[in-house]
Amino acid sequence: MDQFTLNLIVVGITFAIYIGIAVWARAGTTAEFYAAGQGVHPVLNGMATGADWMSAASFISMAGIIALAPAGGYEQSAYLMGWTGGYVLLALLLAPYLRKFGKFTVPEFIGDRFYSGGARLLAVVCLIVISVTYVIGQMRGVGVTFSRFLEVSTDTGLYIGATIVFAYAVLGGMKGITYTQVAQYVVLIIAYTIPAIFISLQLTGAFLPQLGLIGTHTASGVEFLTKLDQVVMELGFKAYTSETTNMLNMFLFTMSLMIGTAGLPHVIIRFFTVPKVSDARSSAGWALVFIALLYTVAPAVGSMARLNLTTTMWPNAETGNALDGDAITRADIDTNPELSWIRTWEKTGLLTMTDLNGDGQIQYFAEPAAVTAANKALAAATAALAAAPGDAAATAAVAEATATRDAALAAAMIGDQSMAERGWIGNEVTKLDNDMMVLANPEIAALPGWVIALVAAGALAAALSTAAGLLLAISSAISHDLIKGSINPNISEKGELLAARVAMGFAIVVATYLGLNPPGFAAQVVALAFGLAAATIFPVLMMGIFSKRVNKEGAIAGMLVGLVFTAVYIFIYKGWFFIPGTNMLADIPANYLFGISPLSIGAVGAVLNFAAAYIVSGMTKEPPQHVQELVESIRIPRGAGVATGH
Amino acid sequence: MSDKSSSNAYWAANLRIIGISLAVWFFCSFGLGIILRPALMGIHVGGADLGFWFAQNGSIYVFLVLIFVYAWRMNKLDREHGVEE
Repeated sequence: MDQFTLNLIVVGITFAIYIGIAVWARAGTTAEFYAAGQGVHPVLNGMATGADWMSAASFISMAGIIALAPAGGYEQSAYLMGWTGGYVLLALLLAPYLRKFGKFTVPEFIGDRFYSGGARLLAVVCLIVISVTYVIGQMRGVGVTFSRFLEVSTDTGLYIGATIVFAYAVLGGMKGITYTQVAQYVVLIIAYTIPAIFISLQLTGAFLPQLGLIGTHTASGVEFLTKLDQVVMELGFKAYTSETTNMLNMFLFTMSLMIGTAGLPHVIIRFFTVPKVSDARSSAGWALVFIALLYTVAPAVGSMARLNLTTTMWPNAETGNALDGDAITRADIDTNPELSWIRTWEKTGLLTMTDLNGDGQIQYFAEPAAVTAANKALAAATAALAAAPGDAAATAAVAEATATRDAALAAAMIGDQSMAERGWIGNEVTKLDNDMMVLANPEIAALPGWVIALVAAGALAAALSTAAGLLLAISSAISHDLIKGSINPNISEKGELLAARVAMGFAIVVATYLGLNPPGFAAQVVALAFGLAAATIFPVLMMGIFSKRVNKEGAIAGMLVGLVFTAVYIFIYKGWFFIPGTNMLADIPANYLFGISPLSIGAVGAVLNFAAAYIVSGMTKEPPQHVQELVESIRIPRGAGVATGH
Repeated sequence: MSDKSSSNAYWAANLRIIGISLAVWFFCSFGLGIILRPALMGIHVGGADLGFWFAQNGSIYVFLVLIFVYAWRMNKLDREHGVEE
């Protein structure tokens, strides 16, 4: 059976399971639609939360980001700590109290606690911006996976994915989504860990990839991480374990991801679905158990893929020094069946290899920045000469650019020889996308075909489960907070349920459209999603629970300060509303305020939110008695009933 | 003891548990994983150092234990103060 048929069968089976569950778990009431009737066991809820949380970014991108980071893999630990540590904050600071509050949505809590329709509306706006941003990435993940594994176009893949999500999310609401996510979790975790176990056994002999990471590399007898560091440093890359050059930024980035995670509405609403307050606490723990299964494996997946890739490019690196042997040849890539994955991935455009110096080999190494710049200048001068043949000034410019380039090659040392001595003119792996590392991992390690099919199904499960959770958060914000909360408070339960389904259908259409026509800035807006969640929603929820004094004026001021500060800081470097060319400063570390990147600014926005809220609250009237009583009541578990919409 | 002072005592005990838990949360991730890593370079964990391991794996294990210990402590506290469900 060929790989394509195998992929089709495995993905087809998983899709049939999701649809079957959706039909079985149809939602009949708003309580079932928004919060699965609060009847979900904490362990199952934890699994569903895990699938909800682990998106295309966690499954497809994260290990690649860690493995290929130019500054070394250690600095990217921010993702590992940030995307797990947020659950500690959820369990300790938010989940039990919001469950006790016993309503369906995050804006509803903010509206009631701060006795203000304006605050609720502001929360709805933040929620929609955060969730829509996020959903675009999931739809793209679905499209990419389909196009790579099922040989359909990215667009067709998107339509198929959107139809599946539509079927079970609209039908089942939170109830259908929750039980489908349990199945999706099982698929995605098996798909992620099985290749990791195989590869860990191959490279280190350790069954658990977590132990392989700190184990010994079998072929060379050196500790695995030491071996990886040696191999990549020999080729001029920064060591995987090298220290961060900007500790403040790493600190703030980790903090932004942590409080951003705790402030993401689609994650928070998961804790409305458990039966009791004590279950909300343990449910966060169970969610983290299931998330940790993937996150503790991820650094092993990334670092092992990096070593496998490098030793594929430099066969001698397996046991000795890479540069003592030859690089892989183009002829070998084109004919060797074991390397067919390179050809398949070259077709997707996520990986390109170009024999720049025409020696028949593909040399993969860290090209110094001076060489990159000189090559670029030379190409520009050559193009100018081609446009004006025989022009004396253009000819002279080419001669000068060639001389500069040759000097750069002579100065660029790779190992004990310069690039000029080696006859290299540039890194010949001209494109290596983070996103291909996890998906190509089983192929790089030459694992059996069913493992490859499983990874395809896992990537789809990760993207679809997160998309469904986001769509539910968007639809409940529209039908419950916007329509029932302000436009038509007398809407019947049946009417509200219909509105929720229509809102979700509409959200899927918008998400599909944005997936088909992704704004060029899809990657950057994720920074905005986390930044806003960290700077707006998390602080206001926390103050609503832990302070009786913070009032309406304070909460609105805090949210606005957090929102405006964070958005403006990001826009300054990424362009106003992400319109290319409108950024006021180049997006490079030298321009950052105290070296803080736009990705890390959410933590600062959160601090400003807290400060503004306390100052403004201190200058205005304290909250009315019934609100103070509400705060008293959510602090005590006793008396948590079934959530109601009234 | 009146209802009011009992619930105040419950809340104070809760805040103390949260405070201790957050201190552990901060120490294992931001402390060992980031700030103290350079100082702990000498302690090796299989091919890397202690700070590196905490940043990539160790802190996640601590987070896990922390949440379950917190949930267990809080359930006990709920019963002690008679506010359990």
